[in-house]
Order: sequence, then C-alpha cells, then structure tokens
Amino acid sequence: MSSGTAPRIATSPSPRPEPDEMRAMFSSMWLIRRFEERAAEEYMRGRIGGFLHLAIGEEAAVVGAISALRPTDPITSTYREHGHALARGSDPGRVMAELFGRSTGICGGRGGSMHLMDAERHFYGGYGIVGGSVPLGVGLAFASSYRGDGAVSLTMFGDGAANQGVLAESLNMAELWRLPVIFLLLNNQYGMGTSVERHSADEDLYKRAEGYGMPARKVDGMDVLAVRAAVAEAARMAREEGQPSMIELLAYRYRGHSMSDPDTVRAADEKERWQARDPIVMFERVLLGEGVMTGEEIAAERARIEAVVEDAAAFAEQSPEVPVQELARDVYANPWSDDPRGSAIMPPGPAAPAGGGA
Amino acid sequence: MSTTAPAKGQGGGSAPPRKAISYREALTQAMREEMERDERVFVMGEDVGRFEGAFKVTRGLLREFGERRVVDTPISEAGFVGIGIGAAMSGLRPIVELMTVNFSIVAMDQIVNNASKVRYMFGGQVACPVVLRMPGGAGHQLAAQHSHSLDAWYAHVPGLKVAAPATPYDAKGLLKTAIRDDDPVVFLESEGLYAKKGPVGGPDDLVPFGRAAVRRSGRDCTVIAHSRMVWVALAAADALAREGVECEVIDPRTFRPLDLETLAGSVRRTSRAVIVDEGWPECGIAANLATHLYEACFDWLDAPIARVTSADVPMPYAKNLEQAALPAPADVAAAVRRVIGRRPGGAA
Repeated sequence: MSSGTAPRIATSPSPRPEPDEMRAMFSSMWLIRRFEERAAEEYMRGRIGGFLHLAIGEEAAVVGAISALRPTDPITSTYREHGHALARGSDPGRVMAELFGRSTGICGGRGGSMHLMDAERHFYGGYGIVGGSVPLGVGLAFASSYRGDGAVSLTMFGDGAANQGVLAESLNMAELWRLPVIFLLLNNQYGMGTSVERHSADEDLYKRAEGYGMPARKVDGMDVLAVRAAVAEAARMAREEGQPSMIELLAYRYRGHSMSDPDTVRAADEKERWQARDPIVMFERVLLGEGVMTGEEIAAERARIEAVVEDAAAFAEQSPEVPVQELARDVYANPWSDDPRGSAIMPPGPAAPAGGGA
Repeated sequence: MSTTAPAKGQGGGSAPPRKAISYREALTQAMREEMERDERVFVMGEDVGRFEGAFKVTRGLLREFGERRVVDTPISEAGFVGIGIGAAMSGLRPIVELMTVNFSIVAMDQIVNNASKVRYMFGGQVACPVVLRMPGGAGHQLAAQHSHSLDAWYAHVPGLKVAAPATPYDAKGLLKTAIRDDDPVVFLESEGLYAKKGPVGGPDDLVPFGRAAVRRSGRDCTVIAHSRMVWVALAAADALAREGVECEVIDPRTFRPLDLETLAGSVRRTSRAVIVDEGWPECGIAANLATHLYEACFDWLDAPIARVTSADVPMPYAKNLEQAALPAPADVAAAVRRVIGRRPGGAA
C-alpha cells in the first residue's frame, strides 16, 4: 500500500469508554501535542540538546493503547516516547526537565529525550536502538508469567524495527511460551526517511507475527477509539488466555524523523492527506457529536493544558543543573568508587579468601 | 612454595577439608544452592534443560526445579538475553547461559546497550540483576569462530561486572556472588577448566568481587594471570623455581571491579611484572593491566612489563598452529627470565 491512501482496516465495534475516560483521553492527547510542540520550540532555542524525536500526529496510538491497559501493566517503547510517560501520568515538569538535562528530570538528566522512564508507573523506558527494546518487553511479560501477577506487557516499536532480527526472535519466544505481551507496531510509514514500500518486502507488517502462529491485525492508528478497542482485546487475550498478539497501527508522524531532519523526503500532499485525518480533531468530533464534551469544555481544557505546559517549561528552566560530582552515580548499585575516571578500580580493603585449589 | 599449597588468606583453615569436585560441578552447585535459596533465580539458555547444557553445567537442575525455572530457549541469543534483561528489570534474578562466549557476540547489543546501561541511563530507577554465564577460550581445535577470549570487550564497559574464575572454589564462590549481585554480571567460564578438580566452599562461602587471589608467593617477579592462564602461570612458576626464581602469581578474579591494589602492591615488592592473558594483545586485558601498573608503580619497576598473550591472529584449526598461538608455560617462563635479566638455564 502506498503511503497516503486511507487505511483499509476493520475494527470490531466495541463499547465506548465511559465519558470520564474519553475526556481523560482527550486531555492526554492534547497534552502530548502541546508538550511536544513546546519541546520543539525549546530545542530551537537551544535549551534541549541531543536528538528530539516528536510523535506529533501519533497521539491516538499512544493514548489509545495506554488507556486500554491497567496502570500496573508494564510498557516499553522507543526513543519517540515522551507521550508514553505523559499518558502514564508522569509529571510534565519532570519530563521537560529531563529534556533540559536538569537534576529534577525524571531520570536525573541521565537519559534525555530518548531515555525516559517512570518505573513507579511501570513505564520501563524509551530505548535508542531500533528493535532493541522489544525483547525487554517480552522479558517483562516472562516475569509476569513467572510470578503469576496477571500483568500484561505492551512493547511498542516502529515499522523500522519490523526488519530487525530480534523482533522475529521475540515473536517466536512469546508465542512459544505463551507470554502475556502485546507487540504494538506503530507503522508511521517511514523508517527514518525510508518508506515502508522501500524497506519491507511485504508492506502488511502485522503478517510477521502470523508467521509464528500469533494473532495479528492492522488498525487505524489515527482513531484513538479503534486503537483502544484493539489493545483492550489484545490485553484481554494476554491476561485471560496467555495469548500474545501483534497490532499494527497505521499512522503518520507530522514532523521529520527528528528535529535535525528537514523532512524533504515526504511529499507535501501526502502530509496534507494525513493531517486531514488528525487524530485529535477526529476525536473532538466524536466528543462533540456524542455530547461527551461541549465546545466550551474543550476550549477550557485546552487552556488548562496550555498552562500545564507553560509550567512544565518554567519548572525545567528554573531547575538546577545536575551536580558534576554525581557523574559516576548509578553506574552500579553499590558503587565502590566515585571516581568517574576509574570506576572499575576497587579501593584497598581486607584480603579475601583465595580459596583452595591453587 | 608448591602450587597445590593453600594460598595466602585462605579462609576456614581449621575446617575439615572438603571433597574435591570439578569446576563444572562447582558451578552447578552454586546455581542449585542459589535456586533453593531464592525463588526469583532461574536458568535459561540453549539446551540447559533436557540436554543439561552443552558442557553439562546445568546437570540435574531441570529434574530438581522443573521447566518453569530451567528454560530451554531457541537459538536466539539476542532475543533470550534481552528477555533475561527484561525479567531482571522486573525483579527476577535470571542466570542466562550463553552456550559459549562466541555466541554472546550475537547478543552484544542487548548486553552493552541494555544490560549495562539501564540503571544509569534511567537515573537509578531500575536494577538489572542478570548473570550472563559464558564459557570461552581455546585449545580444542575449534578454529577461529569457537575459540574466543573476549574478556577485554566486557571489561571495557562501565555498568557491567566481569568475573573469570580459575578454580572450582572461585567458580562456586564467585558465581554465588554474581547471582546475589544487583548489577549485570558477565561470568566468563573456561572450557578448558570444566574438568579441573578442587575443594569448594559451603553454601555461604561467597567470594567477593574486587579481591585478587595470591596463588603463589615469591619475591623475584609478579606474574598476573586469570582463568585458565593461572594454571599456565603456575606451571611456569614451578619450572622457574627449579632455577631459583620465585614468582608471585596473582589472579585478579574480577576485572570490574579490579583489585589494582593487590596487583600493584606485589609489583612494588618484586619490581617486575609479567601479565598473561589468553586474549589478543591489542587493547587487551594484559595491555590494560600493564597501563594501570605503569601508572601505579612506575618508580618501582626495574624492567618493562612483559605481556604474554595469544598470537594476534584468528585462531587456526591445525593442532600445532593452535598450540603455537596460545600462551604456554614456556612462553611465560621465557618472559619472566627476560624481565629479570636471566638467560635460559639460570645464568644471570
């Protein structure tokens, strides 16, 4: 399928979420959108360094998926993961402070944009190697199964990761061992600048899972309710039947791969076609049409979020830098040395038993 | 001093001697005891269950602990190492067996990009208490792809701990320490030592990381060696003793953390050092230790530090070539004679 055509996807009809949940989903999507737009501005001002990968346009995928899970279900993701932390309820100020590289950052300034984590909220991190986090998500499912704690692991990755061998290995072991995991493939149709038809022999990426006997489907990733329904069903299968599954979400990121990508590869009309199906605008229509929110309520919520984002940026800007004395902190659980140039060297101590045999 | 006498600082001097068991059995014992002690500990890897391990290190574990805790994996090193890391981040204590260190290269992304990084990169929010057991070394005519000693690769990476036992006692004691450790441990076993027999400690005799073992005392030259090379060094030391040269053989046992103080203390006494390593010479363990020793005891040295390593070639198959590539006692003895200024046969 060429990128830009409307996705040919069937989503089984499912009960609407409760109005409160729908309002929370809207808030979450709008927070991600505005937070990321603000992050882009701060990046241009030089307050954010390194890489900054924006998920603008992909809010339905993130919020639809996470809203379908329990708060204790572990999540792993990629380097395009600001939204995951926000959707899980991480403090926007601490997330922004992490992007700023400050001591109040959610990872103490060690991770930055690509490596957010909120372990308390069972968000197990953003990872920078394409496909590399997928087996970690399967490992979290393995641990849930081992303990019998009833949690379902969701591991999110992109169409680029579909071509990493470790995905094939992970799918095989998940199905072989019947692990409670959802493989959520966010197909935004470009692995950096290489489109799906140029990087994948079969553009229906969900079929990769079918090769391992795993149920898989393609879903409209711009429709937050469709995403939520699909992930809810996948979570039910995983929790109740120990049946892993894969969902391919067809979506589109509005920005280039990262802030350093001028986005010259993708055609303007393609972008326009996808932006015409903006996930937030489409969801607003549902909210208004079904009487879940009035226009005034939507405007008020947008204004509230504007202030949240403003406060997050101010908090980040006012936060102290990370003390350089902490450079070697957290390399090890119980560090034996705080010398960042010699963290391997054990300081002198009592001699240990050499043991027999020599 | 005989190479079979107890080494300096051996604990439990008054305890009755324990039965000698093999390095292989010592590792099995460590895993069995830790699995009995802690429900979170499990073993996974290729053929670790029904087949009982390619080197039979997991013998009996499936029978005792069942398939939930002894997990046979497909041949997917990156995948199952990643699963082990994820399970460790979730609070379990996986022992992942890589059939050999050679196959760990397939999982290098998981080990270096994930296991070693997650604690630091996420600001200390998560631990990764996984043990990655992997036998390595050459000597069985397995040629270039099955004969690696990659200790230096792993010792290079902050966030990993790296242990390499030479004796059954250390195999058991270091593995128990590794399993109870809250950080990822690369546990380098030696294929050539699995049958080596010796005493081992009891269920609570842990060998701490970062404490070297003095395998033999001597005043003339310090010889640093680890894993199988300890035995090569001790054989050389025995031969040299017959010439009146007394070597002090020291086994670092772990490279992260590294007990530099014991190594440097010995070199300051002997003023001479030879470092033996089964790995390659460039950017290797011996090169790294030599740098540390130059920095720590330059003024005490009476001669340049000598390195004895494998030849700088992919390991060949032919038996005579393989033996020529590997450090042997005669190579170590020659290096010691060179640094102390002796000719073969004892003349100064």
